[in-house]
Amino acid sequence: MTGAPLGDLALVVSAALFAIGVAGVLLRRNVIIVFMCVELMLNAVNLSFVAFSRTHGIDGQIVVLFVISVAAAEATVGLALILAIFRHYESVDLDLFRRLRW
Amino acid sequence: MTEFFFFLFAAMAILSAIFMVTQANPVASVVYLVVTFFALSGLFVILDAHFIAAVQVIIYAGAIMVLFLFVIMLLNLGSGVPADIRRGLARVLAGSVALALIVVLTRLVLGDPGTEALDPSALASVLESEGAVRALAEPLFNRYLVAFEVTSILLLVAVIGAVVLARRRAP
Repeated sequence: MTGAPLGDLALVVSAALFAIGVAGVLLRRNVIIVFMCVELMLNAVNLSFVAFSRTHGIDGQIVVLFVISVAAAEATVGLALILAIFRHYESVDLDLFRRLRW
Repeated sequence: MTEFFFFLFAAMAILSAIFMVTQANPVASVVYLVVTFFALSGLFVILDAHFIAAVQVIIYAGAIMVLFLFVIMLLNLGSGVPADIRRGLARVLAGSVALALIVVLTRLVLGDPGTEALDPSALASVLESEGAVRALAEPLFNRYLVAFEVTSILLLVAVIGAVVLARRRAP
């Protein structure tokens, strides 16, 4: 084994997952998959909160609970928005949604 | 043994996250993301967060991903959708941004000298004596009570907002 404690390794895993999420947001045009990548980034941050809570007390895990509930709220509202946008454009392609862009 | 399962779950999480991003079919992406969430919940168990692991499986892998699948099926995006992965410059940009993030964050984490002195089993002994749920519940309903109540209002607003947004308007 490398000798690095599991907490530090978990932080590296968390960084990798977050980077994959960022790459997915930049790479995909399907708005639902971009949204899933955002969920992946939230989970990567949750992993680092849990890793930190091993040495810094239980508060990190409580923050994770709040992040999960906020993510659930965000998922419902976001998917409702996607439904409404899909009714208008008949598509989930992000590049078509340019009403708020110039 | 613990290390073996840690690396197993870590590899599972990262690999299926990569598959999630590179898979053209949205349903396959959702399934790979569920695998990532299960692997993450295994990592949470190894890192002494048993209650969080259970919540992760119930809420994320259970409820939220079913919601995603439901929307994909409602919009009829299951198969036959054109590939939506960007080409050319966007791939280079995404890859280099991801690599730069990994390098910067890893150096930030592993270069920090302050973590050596901390005891990684401090939380484990608390969980041993109090149990996984009580250790979490006591601060949640005392010190974080206001945040807890505000979260309940947020969820109520989200439910109402989702109903209002997804409703079909009368012509």
